[in-house]
Amino acid sequence: MKSRKNHIISAGGVIADPGNTADRLTGDWRVKRPVIELDKCTHCMICWIYCPDSAIEVKEGRFIGFDLIHCKGCGICAEECPPNCIDMIEESTFQEITGIIGKEK
Amino acid sequence: MKPISSDLVLENQGGAESMKIDSRSLSGGFAVAEAMRQTNPDVVACYPITPSTIVVEKFSELVANGEVDTEFVAVESEHSALSACLAATAAGVRSQTVSSSQGLAFMWEVLYAVSGLRLPVVLHCANRALSAPINIHGDHSDTMGARDSGWIQLYAENPQEAYDNALVAVRIAEHPDVLLPVLGSQDGYTVTHSVERVDVLPDEEAKKFVGKYIPEFSLLDTQNPVTFGPLISPEHAFELKLQGIEAMRNAEAIIEKVGEEFTSLTGRSLDPVELYRMEDSELAMVVIGSVAGAARVAVDRLRSDGIKAGLVKIRAYRPFPSLRICEVLAGRKGVAVLDRALSPGAPYSPLYGDICSALYSHGVILPLASFVYGIGGRDTYPAQIVDAFHRLEHESKLGTPIPQTSYLGIT
Repeated sequence: MKSRKNHIISAGGVIADPGNTADRLTGDWRVKRPVIELDKCTHCMICWIYCPDSAIEVKEGRFIGFDLIHCKGCGICAEECPPNCIDMIEESTFQEITGIIGKEK
Repeated sequence: MKPISSDLVLENQGGAESMKIDSRSLSGGFAVAEAMRQTNPDVVACYPITPSTIVVEKFSELVANGEVDTEFVAVESEHSALSACLAATAAGVRSQTVSSSQGLAFMWEVLYAVSGLRLPVVLHCANRALSAPINIHGDHSDTMGARDSGWIQLYAENPQEAYDNALVAVRIAEHPDVLLPVLGSQDGYTVTHSVERVDVLPDEEAKKFVGKYIPEFSLLDTQNPVTFGPLISPEHAFELKLQGIEAMRNAEAIIEKVGEEFTSLTGRSLDPVELYRMEDSELAMVVIGSVAGAARVAVDRLRSDGIKAGLVKIRAYRPFPSLRICEVLAGRKGVAVLDRALSPGAPYSPLYGDICSALYSHGVILPLASFVYGIGGRDTYPAQIVDAFHRLEHESKLGTPIPQTSYLGIT
């Protein structure tokens, strides 16, 4: 049997290819989106440590953006950010729904 | 391995036949324990509760004597018993448990987990009333309450059927088109503690019949790791539950198929619906379980008085054999349905409700009467069933459904 999203479901919902959390696009659960003021970011990596969804994108030890395909909008990063440079903004104010934003220019 | 023996071996018809018939005197409880010995499940997790205790007692004796290879888990509750079976079956082995009444009630949330995960666990149940008032005797309140839990339900009339059901249950549950848990039930005391002749298959035949359990997925298969029981979001959960509906539908044919295979081995019918003197019957009665014995006597008495009575015994209650019931009951002048469970606030008790919906949805409209009997282990006599038939005969002449439930043995 196939689900609405065309996934084949095995008997009892057994997942035969475990470790597939990245395939679950949890970004559409989000009500508020994290937005960063990169000028203030010290790249301390506290958000990276706290993020429960591994949705902080990091390159060469520097914050480069949020993985909004998986970010559920829990706001822990905004709460924990030492220089307080992350804001949680209502998702309805954005046009685009998914994608990685806030990349360093 | 030594079979469960009895002081009263009736006969042993050995000889030139292709298969020896081993007839023993066994109670329903011991008959199930004997089927369990022959099945030799990998895991049995139990918490004893009257009147199913004799099964657990006998089986743990077999374990202690080394007559089975089973890992017997003496858990601290029924909730744990079924949880252990769930985990064992998910790990890829065959598991069984035994319970009754409050024990089955305590298993409740796990019942849904086992069927939802499509794990072919087999539960041997001795029907007993639910508290309060506390009462250790038989009625169907326990298993009827579990009728929507996604388990296949088989009911036995006597120790022989209890033994037969215990063997076929394994095959039905594990069939790839089904993969659902099976609850095999027998009336507490009336069947569990009544010693009757039981024809037992030779060990080798029984083993061959139940075969080996080959799971599609196994938690212990480290080469092919899988996840059991993940959180399922709304976009998948509905379809997943519908698979259980589909599996139940498949089970109707598989119950018949496995039953036929069993018949060719033993000569004993395991038809989901058993008929007695129904060929030309005008009045019919539908029953489940041990009351069929008294009802057969009543049918014979009525027949000798010139009343064309007949009996329909439902052996497989879930999946409900709707089509068979319609075929069998269509054209009768009146049908009485006997329930051994109450459903307070519902229009009727469970079996009557199911018969009604099966008939109405197939356009079979006939006078139906609802009777409830044997609550809390109250005995039901052929004379009471004869009275029920007389009432049905009288009221069915009015040609409309008989609205009130009557309670047999209540004055």
